Amino acid sequence: MATSLIELKNVTKIFGGKKNYTVALDDMSLALSENFPRIVTVAGESGSGKTTMGMLLLGFYSPTFGQVFYRGQDLRELTWTGMMDYRRNIQAVFQDPFAVYNPFYKVDNLLSIPIKNFKLASSGAEARSMMEEALTSVGLRPEETLGRFPHQLSGGQRQRIAVARALLLKPKLLIADEPVSMVDASLRSTILKSLRALNQDYGIPIFYITHDLTTAYHVSDYIMILYHGSVMEVGNVDKIIRDPQHPYTQLLVKSIPWPDPNMAWGDADDIINKSKVAFVKTTGCKFLPRCPRAHDICQTQPPALFAKDSDRAVACYLFKDAPVVPREELGTLFREAV
Amino acid sequence: MTEALLQIKDLRVYYHVDAGAVRAVDGVSFNLEAGIKLGLVGESGSGKSTMALALMRMIKAPGKIESGQMILDGVDLLQLSEEKMRQTKLMKLSMIPQGAMNSLNPVMRIDKQMMDGLEDHNSLLSKEELTARIQELLTAVDLDPKVAKMYPHELSGGMKQRVCVAMAISMEPDLIIADEPTSALDVVIQRQVMAMINRLQEKLGLALILIGHDMGLMAQSVDRLAVMYAGRMMEIADTKVIFGNPLHPYTQLLISSLPVLENKGVFSGIPGVTPSLLTPPPGCVFHTRCPKARDVCRERIPVFTEVETGRWVACHLITA
Repeated sequence: MATSLIELKNVTKIFGGKKNYTVALDDMSLALSENFPRIVTVAGESGSGKTTMGMLLLGFYSPTFGQVFYRGQDLRELTWTGMMDYRRNIQAVFQDPFAVYNPFYKVDNLLSIPIKNFKLASSGAEARSMMEEALTSVGLRPEETLGRFPHQLSGGQRQRIAVARALLLKPKLLIADEPVSMVDASLRSTILKSLRALNQDYGIPIFYITHDLTTAYHVSDYIMILYHGSVMEVGNVDKIIRDPQHPYTQLLVKSIPWPDPNMAWGDADDIINKSKVAFVKTTGCKFLPRCPRAHDICQTQPPALFAKDSDRAVACYLFKDAPVVPREELGTLFREAV
Repeated sequence: MTEALLQIKDLRVYYHVDAGAVRAVDGVSFNLEAGIKLGLVGESGSGKSTMALALMRMIKAPGKIESGQMILDGVDLLQLSEEKMRQTKLMKLSMIPQGAMNSLNPVMRIDKQMMDGLEDHNSLLSKEELTARIQELLTAVDLDPKVAKMYPHELSGGMKQRVCVAMAISMEPDLIIADEPTSALDVVIQRQVMAMINRLQEKLGLALILIGHDMGLMAQSVDRLAVMYAGRMMEIADTKVIFGNPLHPYTQLLISSLPVLENKGVFSGIPGVTPSLLTPPPGCVFHTRCPKARDVCRERIPVFTEVETGRWVACHLITA
């Protein structure tokens, strides 16, 4: 098998000191292969470890245990050339369209610096036309964007420039961490459309990190549901959102406020009663204290991933008769259904 | 017909900056009946948060309420003295602020903060009665009464939000204004908090103005929906009616841009950008982005008209 583009191997990330610590990501293994132009969502509540996972993939955090590999090489052992290659090929779009800009520089800066650093253009004119092309492809008019300062543009425009920047570099993977959560509803779909186009027209895989299952359902092909650093359910997004199997996913999906008064939230009692329980460290299933369907077996050890379908696995003993998917092979679920 | 609980008439709030007057709320009128939940939606800069602040008379310089009336239960809030307005707050109307997590005093225990408002408005009650009332309020918002002796940093975001709700209902007002009360919360917590607000709203018979831009949340929680754009009111109707058959082109675009379960992968936004509120376009403010704009839309401001019972819209295409 060819080496994957980026791989997390038994990665655990712990924050805090000896006594008071938080396991943000718990023994996660995931390999994303090159030339796999799909959108994979990582979803979960605050504290589920989704952003930590993005930060590890971007090399902004180093794992407490385990390793992160880029094209088969441990990130910590990359040479300078290797590091440049990695930096160029793994790009990111972040949540806050205000914080990524230096307010004293024109927005051109965000686009021209990568061109300069990675020597993408041989002349100023070429650089300019590259910038214009990138902006046009995310639906912005270059003449209305270039030469402006960040405060002169709306949040939606700024976020699209960040997408244009990613496009400019033609990365092998784009990590989008909550790219639309701070943008108005009417602009969200425009940005998601840009991301989807980036994915489809240029074949760039996207790792979409969000707490919003509605947009996750709309843009992505696959989804991973995290809870306190562990995968609860993973696989085909249509199956998981339309027919969730893990009690936690069911809780999340039930809580989606669909913008349709005819799809009512309904009775919230189950959610209210079960969710008051605080998270406790346990040897069994992490979701146990909140689970409405817990059994004795759930207390013994964390459940393995059981392959409920060919393209979906659930970490829940309710499906213990199904074949086990080894955690290292989690990425194999991200394939077309047969 | 009985008088509506709240009547807003031609309200104008401008922010006076060096470049001129920013017309954040520009001639808004609407009514709200007692015990009804009204959602107020709009993009950033549409004036929805300014509306909320104006209702509480909390607009600060350079902002100014230029003109209009805000009649709550027969009394025009804009005519009240500062002192009378202060007494009205919490008794008649109260607010759950945006980012409630940052609106608690970090160095004061929860009971002390709740006590402030209660003591001020309820000076006849003894200390014991007030303490009992705080316990009762905390229980009403699904919190452990132990929370009373805690500091804000010991609570989670959802718990702090509940404390703010407890404060808002402490004097059982007629109207609560909630400015994006759940936008910082996870979906599950959001649903719990909304369920709790709904339960209290029904129990106490409050009217609620829920401000936000999350149409999903609105669809799930309010009776009536008001749509603002660039400082003006575009449309008001019952939630089911407006989602089923929006009349104003802006509302139509807004609703068709929403992600629903059926149309996976269809992304339609609203083209264009919101106009500057310093120099709003002449005529209808939406004409610059409206696919159906005609000459009249560029010239005359459409009048906000009741086209059916309880259904108001400001659009030349509908009212002409």
